[in-house]
Amino acid sequence: MTMKWRGWALTTGVLAISAMAQAAPPTAAMLSNGCAGCHGTNGGSAGPSMPSLAGQSKEAIVDAMTKFKSGARPASVMGRLAKGYSDAEIAAMGEFFSKQKFHATNQSLDPAKVARGASLQEANCSRCHIDDGKEGKDDTPVMASQWLTYLQMQMADYLTGHRKMPEKMKEKVDPMSKEDLDALLHFYASVK
Amino acid sequence: MTLERRNFLKLLGAGAGVATAGLAGCATQQRGPASASTRKVVVIGGGYGGTIAAKYIRMMDPSIEVTLIERNDHFVSCPFSNLYLGGLMKDLSPLTIKYDKLAANHGIKVVQAEVTGIDAAGHSVTTSKGVFKYDRLVVSPGIEFRTDEIKGYDMASTPEIMPHAWKAGPQTILLRKQLEALKPGDNVVISIPLAPFRCPPGPYERASMIAMYLKQHKPGSKVIILDANPDIVSKKGLFMKGWQKHYDGLIDYRPAKKVTEVDTRNMAVLIEGVEEVRGAVINLIPPQKAGHIAHVAGLVGDDKKWCPVNPMTFESTLHKDIHVIGDSSIAGAMPKSGYSANSEGKVCASSIVALMNGKEITEMSGINTCYSYLSAKEAVSVTGVYRVNKEKNVIEAVPGSVGVSPDLSEVEAIYAESWLKNILTEMST
Ligand SMILES: Cc1cc2nc3c(=O)[nH]c(=O)nc-3n(C[C@H](O)[C@H](O)[C@H](O)COP(=O)(O)OP(=O)(O)OC[C@H]3O[C@@H](n4cnc5c(N)ncnc54)[C@H](O)[C@@H]3O)c2cc1C
Repeated sequence: MTMKWRGWALTTGVLAISAMAQAAPPTAAMLSNGCAGCHGTNGGSAGPSMPSLAGQSKEAIVDAMTKFKSGARPASVMGRLAKGYSDAEIAAMGEFFSKQKFHATNQSLDPAKVARGASLQEANCSRCHIDDGKEGKDDTPVMASQWLTYLQMQMADYLTGHRKMPEKMKEKVDPMSKEDLDALLHFYASVK
Repeated sequence: MTLERRNFLKLLGAGAGVATAGLAGCATQQRGPASASTRKVVVIGGGYGGTIAAKYIRMMDPSIEVTLIERNDHFVSCPFSNLYLGGLMKDLSPLTIKYDKLAANHGIKVVQAEVTGIDAAGHSVTTSKGVFKYDRLVVSPGIEFRTDEIKGYDMASTPEIMPHAWKAGPQTILLRKQLEALKPGDNVVISIPLAPFRCPPGPYERASMIAMYLKQHKPGSKVIILDANPDIVSKKGLFMKGWQKHYDGLIDYRPAKKVTEVDTRNMAVLIEGVEEVRGAVINLIPPQKAGHIAHVAGLVGDDKKWCPVNPMTFESTLHKDIHVIGDSSIAGAMPKSGYSANSEGKVCASSIVALMNGKEITEMSGINTCYSYLSAKEAVSVTGVYRVNKEKNVIEAVPGSVGVSPDLSEVEAIYAESWLKNILTEMST
């Protein structure tokens, strides 16, 4: 039976023709797989300065990419790469990564800082960073299990004014000490 | 297509889930071109392109059997090997991957063997460990050197004296040892071939890393770059800036100096057969072409150097059912980089899975992101997003996506480290 199929395929030339003529527009997977060289397979990052995209909220990814594209968010390579995609493609990529399995990282973190961060988060951040940062709300990103180095680099960008803080976040962050902020980041990095 | 491979017992032996899929296929007859459980893809080369093609085919369609054939039991990454030459790494272990996890996680059969021939008509490859049949073949063998263009170059002995270190491993270690043994005040020569070659910014990153090492450890020594090209091929402004900032007077850049002859006894190279340049260490990077096996298999085009492919699927335009990716392929505007090879591996996997299932293929979308170090703490990047221009049938960069860093950057050096971590993890797990 299989021999027959093979013959069928060869005589109709189905293998050869399909390569040239009809190609569907790039699927979300085709677009997103290219990102995995830096962000890890399916967006689960193994590199501490590179954020995981797996399980990230679609809105947060679209927001980040749109701002990279316009230059509103500071970037190195992302400012250029984002210009390679249409808004619809960016939405498709956001959707693709949001559907991937959450990527839990194993990082060695100072437990005292994690504990201090936990109580700070509860009192200050939990209204937007819901469920210990495990869930994204609108364009608030999932923070749980993100690499500490990446979180620290982003916070540094916020504090130097390179990256613009949302108003509600600024109200909470401004009065906090560097130590408190670092404890908070330790907490988010620790959440599994 | 041997009947033996279509053996029903084998089909059942392939595992319950797969066997069911195969039988379901039988029931619905005319649908697909081949029975699901016995379709075979062979991948040649366990480097930046091959590992990824193998993995993504299995991720996209686990009913396709994938065999990855690689001559070595490990792979050493060229990316970051210049940092080792500069003394920033004590050995090559951070650049070395094995295949066991990749094989186990994705059910890829990894065979350590040398591929010696490809029978395109018979759909089989010959190796040092026997013959392997395929329905589709992926060829990602990297590069070979056009040593015949350099008079006096002996394939076996010359690289032992004037290492290329353009395939990472023993060659890289040899060059490092030569640098360590250099007498302060003596010079290092780097000879760069005409483009296109593997990793356009690579030689200039290497010059930076070697200059950094000389500056610290070999007072009075400098790097002489003999570039066959009329100018710095990639990231020119940034390299010039970095060299001026860190290695002023330590890098003697000489454009349009094509090495055509070697004299290993006198540690000299000759430019266009006349001008002689001597060095205590000579890093001679010969001009390049597609991997040897691509030539043996008749996959190389009219230029006798590289392999022409359908830009959408990376299927060879010369042999049906054979796909060529990575450095060996002519991928239009995509540079010969590890990141390109990674991206091409995924594009190729997607096409192969579609074609083997009689489905419509998806238009390709590729990426390149490539970092170069200028000093221990600063790096620069080049990027691009790539699509096929359907009118011209060639891969082009999406406008705006191609560009280099505005300046030397410490942050980019931090990102670069994670680039390496992620891309090697992709290849090895
Ligand atoms: C110094 C240097 C620095 C670089 N830096 C970067 C960088 O920072 N970023 C970047 O993106 N790229 C970089 N590159 C480029 C990158 O290394 C290549 O583009 C990439 O390796 C190409 O992938 P490939 O799959 O085509 O070949 P390779 O990765 O070389 O893989 C080919 C594999 O095929 C195997 N093989 C070949 N023939 C046979 C056979 N007949 N039988 C069995 N096995 C076989 C080989 O053993 C090898 O493992 C650099 C290159 C150099 C030299």
